[in-house]
Amino acid sequence: MLLHDTALIYGRYLRQSLRSRFALLFGVLMPLLYLLFFGPLLTGLPLGGRGSSWQVLVPGLLLQLGLFGASFAGFSIIIEKGQGVVERMRVTPVSRLALLLGRVLREATVFVFQAVLLVVAAVAMGLRAPLAGVLIGFGFVALLTVSLGSLSYALAMKVHTPQEFGPLINAMTMPSMLLSGLMLPMSLAPVWLDVLSHFMPFRYLVDAVRDAYVGSYATDHMLYGVLVALGFAALAVTVGTRVFRTAGA
Amino acid sequence: MAVISAAGLARTFQTKRGPVEAVRGIDLTVREGEILGFLGPNGAGKTTTLRMLTTLLAPTGGAATVAGHDLAADPAGVRRACGYVAQSGGVDAQISVREELVTQGRLYRLTKPQAIDRAEALARDLGLTDLLDRKTSALSGGQRRRLDIAMALTHRPKVLFLDEPTTGLDPGSRADLWDLIRRLRDEHGTTVFLTTHYLDEADALSDRLVIVDKGVVVAEGTPTALKLQHGGSIDASLQDTFLAITGRGPAPADAAPVAV
Repeated sequence: MLLHDTALIYGRYLRQSLRSRFALLFGVLMPLLYLLFFGPLLTGLPLGGRGSSWQVLVPGLLLQLGLFGASFAGFSIIIEKGQGVVERMRVTPVSRLALLLGRVLREATVFVFQAVLLVVAAVAMGLRAPLAGVLIGFGFVALLTVSLGSLSYALAMKVHTPQEFGPLINAMTMPSMLLSGLMLPMSLAPVWLDVLSHFMPFRYLVDAVRDAYVGSYATDHMLYGVLVALGFAALAVTVGTRVFRTAGA
Repeated sequence: MAVISAAGLARTFQTKRGPVEAVRGIDLTVREGEILGFLGPNGAGKTTTLRMLTTLLAPTGGAATVAGHDLAADPAGVRRACGYVAQSGGVDAQISVREELVTQGRLYRLTKPQAIDRAEALARDLGLTDLLDRKTSALSGGQRRRLDIAMALTHRPKVLFLDEPTTGLDPGSRADLWDLIRRLRDEHGTTVFLTTHYLDEADALSDRLVIVDKGVVVAEGTPTALKLQHGGSIDASLQDTFLAITGRGPAPADAAPVAV
């Protein structure tokens, strides 16, 4: 039943995404702009990692895509609450967990699709990376969007207006981006900033993807990255499920 | 036979300014096949009661059964047995009527072919056949309302909850909707539990009225009985009866008590 319901909800929201092609592509615009207008600045700089500057930047942009995209996913449910769609579904016998999972899997699909577009553009700009590493990168994007999507939907079920939701998300995403070293690796940072960034879970993800992009798969970074990504996803889906089970929203 | 029975059903909301008792203790029974009008001033607790009876909101006190299923112990059973149309409806503006109806059927665990057949049958029944391939945003107010009701009837529920179903409709659409509600009861034996602020509607449609105020039931009975008891005569308007019951009438010029 959970599988049936999740597939049903997933289908409904995927069709919704496919109907708005513009929104589907728009999400990739910000990382694409970074790629085009920021990426070339790094090509001659010593970034401290192995490989080219693209192998450092693109993993960061992939996770930036997931971070900013999935964090705002909850907006759609605020609109649906206003339309009464959420309550209409909640009076049916549909699994509460499916109402969350179907939506979150849609987010993961959309953002992996956007990540593919971004990587294709990056290859055109000069990125060279092993295929296995690139695929691992997509895996991390999917896990990150499932996690952040769940938390975003959970928060959106709790707040009443988009006016509360937007600033709250902004206040969380900006420091997350800066402190995880998405743009430039934290190995360039002074000690205090480097230490601080270890408290930011996304830091471990971006380090892992950067390793994957230079073909190092059996590293400490990869181990911590996988553990943090899975742990964060488990935590986020648990929180999301809790809220979707009980919310009187 | 009672298809809905509630005893002491209550809901208190915790707010920053302390607890708010939206519903203090509702006792009511609804018989099978009855059209029940659930009336009360704004803020009396009508929607909160409805949301509890449809499992959207957990009661903080009391108990209720709907179609033989206990609200607390078997919410899934309650959901299978009842349909609910909220004030705001509940369809996505960008989706076609057909897709919404089919998905709704699937949410009620119909197979895909069953859901497709059911969507067409409901559309025939509710005069939506020509609109099946339109986006829901392209429907008129009356058509939207019929779609909302069709959505709630997808699984042929025993009990249909309607929260202010005719608010904002023109007189013709309202009359259509009244006919539809009566037809549902007559042809399918559906029990209808509806809230409304239109007293002519309550009068014309309901077999029995339950009037709530400040979160408790303050009167119940047939429209005629209530008029006789509270309005002074069977010729009293339901409006006067309602105002007499809820004490919200215009204050008399001299405040001296009047014997009735």
